[in-house]
Amino acid sequence: MKALFFTLIFVVIAVACWQFVKLLGLTKGDQIATEKENNINGWLMLGLLGFIYGLMIYSMYGAKDVLLPQLSASAEGEHIDLLFKMTMTLVLVVQFVMQFFIFYFTFKYRGIKGRKAYFFADSHKLEMIWTITPAIVLAGLIIYGLWVWNEVMDTSDAENPLIVELYAKQFQWEARYAGADNELGNASVRMIEGTNTMGIDFSDKNANDDIPLMVSEGKFVKELHLPKGRKVIFKLRSQDVLHSAFMPHFRAQMNCVPGMVTQFAFTPSVTTAEMRLNKDTQAKFKHINELREKEGKEAVEFDYLLLCNKICGSSHYNMQLKIIVDEEADFNKWLAGQKTFAQLN
Amino acid sequence: MSDHHHKETYVTKYIFSQDHKMIAKQYLITGIIMGVIGVFMSMLFRLQLSHPEQSFSIIEAFLGRAGEGGVMTPDMYLSLVTIHGTIMVFFVLTAGLSGTFSNLLIPLQIGARDMASGFLNMISYWLFFLSSVVMVISLFVETGPASAGWTIYPPLSALPQAMSGSGLGMTLWLVSMAIFIASSLMGALNYIVTVLNLRTIGMKMTRLPLTIWAFFVTAIIGVVSFPVLLSAALLLIFDRSFGTSFFLSDIFISGEVLHYKGGSPILFQHLFWFLGHPEVYIVILPALGITSEIIATNSRKPIFGYRAMIMSIIAIAFLSTIVWGHHMFVTGMNPFLGSVFTFTTLLIAIPSAVKGFNYITTLWKGNLQLNPAMLFSIGLVSTFITGGVTGLILGDSALDINVHDTMFVVAHFHLVMGVSAILGMFAGVYHWFPKLYGRMMNKDLGYLHFWFTAISAYGVFFPMHFIGLAGLPRRYYNNTAFPIFDDLLHINKVITVFALIGGLAQLIFLANFFFSIYKGKKASKNPWNSTTLEWTAPVEHMHGNWPGEIPAVHRWSYDYSKTDENGELWGGQDFTPQTVPIREGEEEF
Ligand code: HEM
Ligand SMILES: [Cu+2]
Ligand SMILES: [Cu+2]
Repeated sequence: MKALFFTLIFVVIAVACWQFVKLLGLTKGDQIATEKENNINGWLMLGLLGFIYGLMIYSMYGAKDVLLPQLSASAEGEHIDLLFKMTMTLVLVVQFVMQFFIFYFTFKYRGIKGRKAYFFADSHKLEMIWTITPAIVLAGLIIYGLWVWNEVMDTSDAENPLIVELYAKQFQWEARYAGADNELGNASVRMIEGTNTMGIDFSDKNANDDIPLMVSEGKFVKELHLPKGRKVIFKLRSQDVLHSAFMPHFRAQMNCVPGMVTQFAFTPSVTTAEMRLNKDTQAKFKHINELREKEGKEAVEFDYLLLCNKICGSSHYNMQLKIIVDEEADFNKWLAGQKTFAQLN
Repeated sequence: MSDHHHKETYVTKYIFSQDHKMIAKQYLITGIIMGVIGVFMSMLFRLQLSHPEQSFSIIEAFLGRAGEGGVMTPDMYLSLVTIHGTIMVFFVLTAGLSGTFSNLLIPLQIGARDMASGFLNMISYWLFFLSSVVMVISLFVETGPASAGWTIYPPLSALPQAMSGSGLGMTLWLVSMAIFIASSLMGALNYIVTVLNLRTIGMKMTRLPLTIWAFFVTAIIGVVSFPVLLSAALLLIFDRSFGTSFFLSDIFISGEVLHYKGGSPILFQHLFWFLGHPEVYIVILPALGITSEIIATNSRKPIFGYRAMIMSIIAIAFLSTIVWGHHMFVTGMNPFLGSVFTFTTLLIAIPSAVKGFNYITTLWKGNLQLNPAMLFSIGLVSTFITGGVTGLILGDSALDINVHDTMFVVAHFHLVMGVSAILGMFAGVYHWFPKLYGRMMNKDLGYLHFWFTAISAYGVFFPMHFIGLAGLPRRYYNNTAFPIFDDLLHINKVITVFALIGGLAQLIFLANFFFSIYKGKKASKNPWNSTTLEWTAPVEHMHGNWPGEIPAVHRWSYDYSKTDENGELWGGQDFTPQTVPIREGEEEF
């Protein structure tokens, strides 16, 4: 019934537009465009340029507070941030200049009766210039980009990394530290049973000292601890569908794919406590807490987050895990307080 | 070839027509209807994103049980996003855009009486129609329409246990797309054969308007890549219904282990994006072709760098088939492979930049006739660049790590392909409406339509980059589960306001379009003083397009404002149609 009502409203609006057309009459004007139309729209196009610039400025200054903290929470992320800044600068300059020419020319050369357009069909020189210039700029970007990519993805030279498994399932995360031998025991979905929700293989001796953070009886895993200054190699698995482990503060993301183990690594470089004192973070959270207060919600504190970033079902939007980066000594203390797989069984 | 004299019944003329002009109109109207559905869906889910806990009776009215109390369910949100994306990409911007303008313009601009096979052409349209019907029917099934995203990655799309939309809804989605692919292959083969074989006397490939080049190359990309999507869809159907394990392995869901073993979800992504990336060029190239034509005509200048434009279309088409991996940088693929895809992807920026520069140079020192078609075309150049530049960020594997699958991506691809192609499609409709319906559209409403559309397109998608940079993932039903996104809400509200304005503004277009079909001012034969062949055909449609002989062609299609050695315009007018022989003392370009 209501659908009908709303459809009717749409019909009414459409009919109103229809009437409007009639009022305007359809025989107006020169066929191509009158000088007046060219003039008005030429000026309006200049206005559109202003609108675009305005949006750029508004977005860059006005929205500055909402962005992630400038400070990367991982050592590798600093390379990414530098590359990002360079690329973004280029992007903004190109955008600024190209839009200027589009709209300025549109305005400047808006049609006037009797003016002759300039027959200019080709120029080998110009074509070369704007093939080669982007080629050179891109060569630079590609080379630097690939260097950064290798730096981030290559873990072969890591000394004594911490191995952590992240296990994704609809709609929560579990985790497992590799324990004293720093080697993860085998696991498979075929061994999931009872409290062994991660399907860890009992018979694999590497598994005994593993430290799993598993869900038990409807309880979620609450937080994942990481040490500052030690490279962490994440091994990612999924139990059911694709998920993606996204840790934006660390500039880190990797998909979790059922049937295979994927990997990503970074070195946390800022503890949670330090990040809470960061001025970007403080500005952002001050703002957030003001907004929350208006809504009558309790205040919150900054925390690193693991989000799911690959559509995985109805609660995809709420598949999260808190990450806490500690000084290495604190981390070790925390880890020692956790039960190993052998102790759990 | 065509028989002018047989008697036409209502059915053969308006329904099962084999005439390319009628088929073009059928594509356009179907595309518009699908577009209304797709845009309407986006308005609904935008409301959800910016007003997450608020109740809207419009949501309850249209979504029924999935919108009980005026708030949509998470599953319904995902369904809307999925079907919105599918409809916009395939039904509106592939079939609606290519189908309309390739059909209308290929025979008319190359000087052919019709498509190579009118019959195949008709089948192609009706398969498209059938696939649209199936897609619309899927909206009404009990368990909801497909909801795994338009990319339908398995296992999510393969397992009804994983989400309810992966039940019957997904089956219908796959059936619909299979039919759709058959339709678009038939269309594409027809376009290729027609362009290659049926050009009129003198219409060398190097004299073709850029529209035809764009449609031609688009058709080739389609023929190369669509079959791969078809195979992916078929294998997915096998996995879903016959227990094979192409894409599935080691899955534990709803408390049990499934039997699948040895398949790879990543394989599906490779197959999907082997189409999926070229698909974005299938969407944008025709729009760029259309704008090239319109910008030249209304600048009263030749398109700058005709040959460079053709080369860049071909280069883009070629490169587009070897960059698909940039959608998969973080799937765990070998980092070296990622490097290769970064390299090929950033290469595409070169021909794209060339096109951008050439458009701008075409505007330079023109005598711009700013009619609605021209405004939409210039708008396209603007959004194509705004959206294109952020490709430098997404195409760089190292940078993609932190923006992959965030709203930044949504902003990027909407501008560079969604908005740009839609603007190109509108430009085409305004420009060729006289050819389609023999009447003119109202210009004032056209202007109004443009201004609302351009402003709201930027208003929606420009700020969206920044909520993506703040780390907000896409395909999130709401952002309230994470306090760190609380401060994005006001930006989301701004976006929604623009989205609603932009969506409603399309009613201006609809009113203008349908009104003008019946009541528009009668068009003259060549209303834009254009050089191309379609404007030599009579206004009233006829089978075979031209009475008597098909005109012969003597020059390229961009002789605007050409002057003789004394600086006088040739023939005293600022355009020389392609049918005019080269004059004494005139140099052919
Ligand atoms: C009225 C204008 C439009 C608005 C306001 C709009 C808005 C949106 C938004 C906000 C999303 C992302 C939702 C999410 O990820 O949670 C989305 C998804 C999408 N839109 Fe649009 N859109 C519009 C027009 C278009 C057009 C013209 C296209 C044509 C290419 C398009 C294609 C897509 C695609 C492919 C997706 C991705 C669907 C998915 O994630 O599976 N949209 N749209
Ligand atoms: Cu998930
Ligand atoms: Cu792509």
